[in-house]
Amino acid sequence: RISSDGNPAKFQPPPKPVIIDKQKQREERRFLSPEFIPPRGRTDPLKFFIERKDMIQRRKVFNIPEFYVGHVLAVTTADPYANEKVNRFVGICIQRGGKGLGATFVLRNVIEDQGVEICYELYNPRIQAIEVLKLEKRLDDNLMYLRDALPEYSTFDVNMKPVSRLDHEEVPVNKLQVRMKPKPWSKRWERPKYNIKGIKFELPEKKMKEAQKWSQPWLEFDMLREYDTSKIEDKIWKEVSEGLKK
Amino acid sequence: SITGACRAIQKLTRVRVVDNSTLGNTPYHRPPKCIHVYNKTGVGKVGDKILLAIKGEKKKALIVGHKMPGPTMTPRFDSNNVVLIEDNGNPIGTRIKTPIPYILRQKEGEFSKVLAIARNFV
Repeated sequence: RISSDGNPAKFQPPPKPVIIDKQKQREERRFLSPEFIPPRGRTDPLKFFIERKDMIQRRKVFNIPEFYVGHVLAVTTADPYANEKVNRFVGICIQRGGKGLGATFVLRNVIEDQGVEICYELYNPRIQAIEVLKLEKRLDDNLMYLRDALPEYSTFDVNMKPVSRLDHEEVPVNKLQVRMKPKPWSKRWERPKYNIKGIKFELPEKKMKEAQKWSQPWLEFDMLREYDTSKIEDKIWKEVSEGLKK
Repeated sequence: SITGACRAIQKLTRVRVVDNSTLGNTPYHRPPKCIHVYNKTGVGKVGDKILLAIKGEKKKALIVGHKMPGPTMTPRFDSNNVVLIEDNGNPIGTRIKTPIPYILRQKEGEFSKVLAIARNFV
């Protein structure tokens, strides 16, 4: 090659390709399902160890996807009384409870103006498929207030198509403030005990101040209630990932 | 006043009639209430028959959903739903729009006609 000067140009090596190691990126972000973490108590850790083995065994056969409260899921269960022996329910996950094999999650949907909630057990052999239709974390851990919110916030189309997700890094947080039906509600959600950030309270200032009377600001400093799970989580994460790789 | 507590259906619970019968849908100044539950215990769950007082008349009805959480994998409704029935088990209405739990199919012999008019199942 001859440059404009007439002299042979210096050899320019081609630019180095940038290698994005996707496997490494995926390992950095790890999600441990909350039912693996044992509750604080005096039970023998052997019981939790055996339970975890059973949970890993079930997860090898059947894939339980990663999901949080606020995701829209579609669950198909085997039902002897259904038409095609298969029952499909779509709903938003309101809460995840229970530890170990009895872990449950509640799905809520409004069908034909009737609110329906079903509590499913994660490790029940009747469940045949769990699909995540919409990935979206909400501001709270517990969306029980959707029962007292306007029904438009709990309606989800049964034939909704799964929203595709390209980024494997973060789960988007929906900062939606939900509008409520007029009082009375099933629980007094304005009280600081529930610590709800996802409601747009249209109550007068006087009522909000009155609700703060029940606040217990000393609770966050109570050392006997502290339960540091970071080390336990690390151990269990290693155990679970090794168990699943086999 | 509005009571909370026992969320399954017992005497004096206000119920919501879910089929399209005239008795169930015409407005009246008093809501339909349960007077008697045909059960050993006085508490009615899904699939039990009850006696309702609607518009000054007594009618039998079948419970299709209640607010009380039942066994896992069964649906829990936001209102106490009921379908009006004759003494021999024939439903009075012709269509049921609201979703009905699949568990009712267990006792297909008694409720086959009610299940035939139901549109949605949960």
